[in-house]
Amino acid sequence: MEKLPELRNYTFNFGPQHPAAHGVLRLILEVDGETVMRVDPHIGLLHRATEKLAESKPYNHSIGYMDRFDYVSMMCNEHAYILAIEKLVNVQAPIRAQYIRVMFDEITRILNHLLWLGSHALDIGAMTVFLYCFREREELLDCYEAVSGSRMHATYFRPGGVYRDLPEKMPKYKPSRWHNEKDIAEWNANREGSLLDFISSFTERFPKLINEYETLLTDNRIWKQRTVDIGIISAERAVAMGLTGPMLRGSGVEWDLRKKQPYEIYNQLDFDIPVGVNGDCYDRYLVRVEEMRQSNSIIKQCVEWLQKNSGPVMIENHKIAPPPRVEMKKSMEALIHHFKLMTEGYCLPEGEAYAAIEHPKGEFGIYLVSDGANKPYRVKVRAAGFPHLAALDELIRGHMIADVVAVLSSLDIVLGEIDR
Amino acid sequence: MSDVNALEEKIKTHYAALIQSTCIALNELTVEVSPEFIRPFCLALRNESEFDFKLLIDVCGVDYLHYGVAEWETESSTATGFERGREAILSNTNKNKKRFAVVYHLLSLTNNQRIRIRVYLDENNPTVDSLIEIFPSANWYEREAFDLYGIMFKGHPDLRRLLTDYGFVGHPFRKDFPLSGKVEVRYDAKLGRVIYQPVTIEPRILEPKVIRSDNRYKVGD
Repeated sequence: MEKLPELRNYTFNFGPQHPAAHGVLRLILEVDGETVMRVDPHIGLLHRATEKLAESKPYNHSIGYMDRFDYVSMMCNEHAYILAIEKLVNVQAPIRAQYIRVMFDEITRILNHLLWLGSHALDIGAMTVFLYCFREREELLDCYEAVSGSRMHATYFRPGGVYRDLPEKMPKYKPSRWHNEKDIAEWNANREGSLLDFISSFTERFPKLINEYETLLTDNRIWKQRTVDIGIISAERAVAMGLTGPMLRGSGVEWDLRKKQPYEIYNQLDFDIPVGVNGDCYDRYLVRVEEMRQSNSIIKQCVEWLQKNSGPVMIENHKIAPPPRVEMKKSMEALIHHFKLMTEGYCLPEGEAYAAIEHPKGEFGIYLVSDGANKPYRVKVRAAGFPHLAALDELIRGHMIADVVAVLSSLDIVLGEIDR
Repeated sequence: MSDVNALEEKIKTHYAALIQSTCIALNELTVEVSPEFIRPFCLALRNESEFDFKLLIDVCGVDYLHYGVAEWETESSTATGFERGREAILSNTNKNKKRFAVVYHLLSLTNNQRIRIRVYLDENNPTVDSLIEIFPSANWYEREAFDLYGIMFKGHPDLRRLLTDYGFVGHPFRKDFPLSGKVEVRYDAKLGRVIYQPVTIEPRILEPKVIRSDNRYKVGD
């Protein structure tokens, strides 16, 4: 009798060096023909033990590390950390600082969603969207740079407020050998006023630009073939798997911390929470695109408020926040405060706090344990992307190999926060 | 967010047999549970509609070995005066308490409430029941806590390391694990390959940990 050949599933690596792996992610795929039977993500290739590192430093030294968790939504990470500290020490930032924080949170949300949209489209095969998205990202990164001096790792939010008030002048392009005066004048047209004027002009233009992206994608036949009914997760399963943010809302669960557990001044703003219906890649795409429109409207409201109202952006308590430079020149007390804050830092009362924000990717939380020292005893970062990637196996099972890329990028993962 | 005090009362009346203590601080409810009751307690919290904690937000390990131990005394002056170099804390100072804890954060979407559950674990046998059957999302969180703290989760089907390197030895987030690690890698020209060797970094403390219990930071209230 002729023996049939033994058929076995084929196992292969996806990554760690793969352009669609969104960083250093290694997936071990088990396939039966073209069908994916199992995925085993191997993470940790970007593990830097930041949480342990934070245990060895005074609180403020770790703000910069927060930027490096989810390195495409920097200020949002800072925000959660700052909120946890403020909760423990029981201070509240001045109202103007709260508006600035919310404005930059939403700028960050657009930054994140633009990068996500660009790379998601690129993964699926639409090159143009990527270029469009990065064109707008550049302007928002200029806002980051204008306010903090850094395009990405801002370290702008501080316990008790923000590092400094918004600048009155927007940095401008200069003519060079490659770009003549006429070009430069055109580029600088919306940079003549303050940072707020620049952001305001951006919010005027941005909805039309979102329409441009949507023209390219929303009704695109190929786009729909690649995303509709791919990676479906039901609302019940999404909750069980710990999904939050657009991943959860894409499945039709109306849950947004900005509405449900508002922090800062979100309860005074007018915005809507978009939700999906089917919980597939296409719905998650629609949710995120609509979120960009909502963020744009929030930024507009913040700009309006900030243009009308001025005030301090940092609390006056110099046990927590450093005194202004000018004061240090003449006041011994201020100099001592500055010295103590820059060397030893401040001690938080013994206790523990969990502060969460609606990060562009989902719920980003900081669990802070303090034993009364000038350093955190334990910082646990609840990264939004972590449970999302853990759910990958369930989302992909039974799909084709080509869908792995579509589902993976619809999760919006950044390995910086997953590996920590 | 709805009232945490009401939640505390409800939990106290319903599950007095399962919990050890409750505490509210900063408007956050913390419930301490002994390891053998964590599974029934979480199952009840998930299934009972008046609690409805269906979303497991986070699971993390904590090592209380050096809790409340400073590297620099500030209350009393020392005979030797202040010195620049400080040595890391080496002794186990937290003798009377259990060393490890697993902290769970749950969220109820319908009631808009959060709860924190803490389970203290013994140093010699840091084992707790896995919650993977109640919350599928516990899978990776528990693998992480196992990897970083060496906490065992009974009933977890696939308790592998998650974040550290293949072949890593030890549990790096334990307080007695040095910050600089134990091994480093370098390319050995003679052998023609990358080798592991003990770290050459001298451990040092840049900013000593101080605990100040005076009232200078008391603000607000």
